[in-house]
Amino acid sequence: MTAVVETPVINPVEPFLRMDRMPHIWCPGCGIGTTVNCFARALIESKADPEKLAVVSGIGCTGRVAGYLHVDSFHTTHGRAIPFATGLKLANPSLQVVVYSGDGDLFAIGGNHLIHAARRNIDLKVICVNNFIYAMTGGQTAPTTPEPATTTTAPYGSYEPAFNLPYLTESAGATYVARWTTYHVRQLTRSIVEMLQKKGFCLIEVLSPCPTLYQRRNRLGDALETMKYYKERSKTRHGAPTSEVGLTMQGDIVVGKFVDRDRPDYLESMRRRLAEQLGDKFAGVGVLA
Amino acid sequence: MAKGFVCIQVERCKGCGFCVEFCPTRVLALSSAFNSKGYHPPHVVNGEKCSGCDLCGIYCPDFAIFGWKARASEGAAHAG
Amino acid sequence: MQANPKGVLTGTHFLDGDQACCEGALAAGARFAAGYPITPSTEIVERFAWRIPTVGGMFIQMEDELAASIAILGAVWGGAKAFTVTSGPGFSLMMEHIGYAAMTETPCVFVDVQRGGPSTGLPTLPAQGDMMQARWGSHGDYEIIALCPNSPQECFDVTIRAFNLAEEFRVPVMLMMDECVGHMTEKVVIPRAEEIEIYPRRHTARGPGEYWPYETNGDLVPEMAHAGEGYRFHITGLTHDERGYPAMNAAAQDRLVRRLKNKIRAAADRLALYEEEATEDAEVVVVSYGITSRVAQRAVEMARQRGIRVGKFRLVAAWPFPAARLRELAQRVKVFVVPELNCGQMVLEVERAAAGMARIIPVTHAGGDVHRPETILEAIVEAAR
Repeated sequence: MTAVVETPVINPVEPFLRMDRMPHIWCPGCGIGTTVNCFARALIESKADPEKLAVVSGIGCTGRVAGYLHVDSFHTTHGRAIPFATGLKLANPSLQVVVYSGDGDLFAIGGNHLIHAARRNIDLKVICVNNFIYAMTGGQTAPTTPEPATTTTAPYGSYEPAFNLPYLTESAGATYVARWTTYHVRQLTRSIVEMLQKKGFCLIEVLSPCPTLYQRRNRLGDALETMKYYKERSKTRHGAPTSEVGLTMQGDIVVGKFVDRDRPDYLESMRRRLAEQLGDKFAGVGVLA
Repeated sequence: MAKGFVCIQVERCKGCGFCVEFCPTRVLALSSAFNSKGYHPPHVVNGEKCSGCDLCGIYCPDFAIFGWKARASEGAAHAG
Repeated sequence: MQANPKGVLTGTHFLDGDQACCEGALAAGARFAAGYPITPSTEIVERFAWRIPTVGGMFIQMEDELAASIAILGAVWGGAKAFTVTSGPGFSLMMEHIGYAAMTETPCVFVDVQRGGPSTGLPTLPAQGDMMQARWGSHGDYEIIALCPNSPQECFDVTIRAFNLAEEFRVPVMLMMDECVGHMTEKVVIPRAEEIEIYPRRHTARGPGEYWPYETNGDLVPEMAHAGEGYRFHITGLTHDERGYPAMNAAAQDRLVRRLKNKIRAAADRLALYEEEATEDAEVVVVSYGITSRVAQRAVEMARQRGIRVGKFRLVAAWPFPAARLRELAQRVKVFVVPELNCGQMVLEVERAAAGMARIIPVTHAGGDVHRPETILEAIVEAAR
């Protein structure tokens, strides 16, 4: 059947996607596609110029996001999306550089890069899809896996404390930190719009179902049940102290915008310092010889 | 008279059911039919209630559905 | 094209190899460097950090070598010419991104000022133990270019050449210095900018919509676009097709990997940079590179004074290895003497090139010092016997 009325015939997000690469590789019920949907809608809403936007991903399920977005996109190495994005942003400050990757990529193998980029306040917009597990490799323990969830590498249940991502990111110096779930599509979209307008190192954590590996192994039902759990147990607390937003397995989820502050970003600090010290001799930070 | 429409791209659907569950006016249900990949896509059961809010479109992880608001001259919900 | 005079410190200077390397990079047009401190390479980026604000560009000290080695790749895709510098332990960490640069065909330069290893080894003392790592250190099949200067002047000249080759072939180029060359101070003449030839970025002339990032046009090296220019391209370290899209099958792998190798192999003769001296009538040829070639020079002179017909063959490019020329020499040379500051790395390539036609005498050294000329001389004398 075909719609025969004078209406849009394509999905409004399609111009932002590489439709020649669809269907994507994500499992049925995986929330990554929903976050991409929100991201594309945020681009529409913010009237962002897709030609001045670059998306950088690491490795993993969320690492595949870059490849599906119809912008300049870089699928880099595991954990190194942020330092790649740092080089890209500094070389061309007129680019809006978004880092889109998973919890394991950004906070385990890439954890050191994340805290240093936040400390330097590099103007990067990070979207971290947190599915509590290494999914691409088949469901191993991540730095976000809550106790006592089981994974293929914690077959008797995890006994490691999990990272509280907003707390860590705020402590390292980020200017904007928020958390939503894939249930909160309107809030997430608005938050992305807001982040794109913000200067400095920003991060949005998005909790997302991994029905194939995390939920199924832990008998937490399918993706839809996970979405209902997000709906029922999420409490919006804007400005909540990030020290209080740690997650537990199936407990309450504090969502909202936790951090929104201003401080000079890396390039601004660099320019100011060098101009002060060198005066007329300062030749600028432009890298195009 | 419906205030909006949905367009469903059946072949892109992986049957997660997000659109059905979170439609505020309960326009959709999962079809008993299969698409070629073996998933049950949604279909319109209460087209006249569609407000065109596009929440289904935002939730869809597979870009398989979207909604839009009707102009005065337009009628019921469609599937394509 | 000619060098941009802004980065060229024309004149006669007294510089060490590390400083000269930095000046070479600036002359070549490098305006972005990322690094992590490590002896004995740090002076290169210390000088860069000091010089670059008055030239225009930037240095960023990253949190580790993994970060430094991929920050430069990000900068290149943003339009910059970029490089990083390190030594053994850092070079090990950078292997991942040497592979990523090879796979994504990102032109860039990695400088390794070699010190004793393995592991932390001898931070302040020389070695040439990373020569095989430069060639084979990252996983998978790929081809790189590696150059090894033997003086501060060459650190300047060869660094420019490294950037030019990186641009021409869209590969990571390794500049394999060693602690002695890096820290030795000599006269360095920096010519005028118009005397310095620069290979420009192979930027596509096509417009957005007509461009795929890995489409080649005859010569095996695709053309580049930079982020933000409207091309909306995709780059991945996965095996990919001409569009830059992942292609997970053996046929795509075969096509890509063979092209990555062949773009260098097809130019191997031109890339075989070496210096030959008195090989015409030589019975013995000493093959060496980097600081060892300076010691070998002395040994060769001593041997000639004794009437031994000995020639000298110096590798300026270690990779691709000049196998063809050495094979020619092997047909009339009796013995190759191969001193190096490792327990036998490039000597394996000499053996392979000689293919049994000439005898090989390695003169190994575990590093921490240079050979004594007499040690190499002994090997020459033994060879001539």
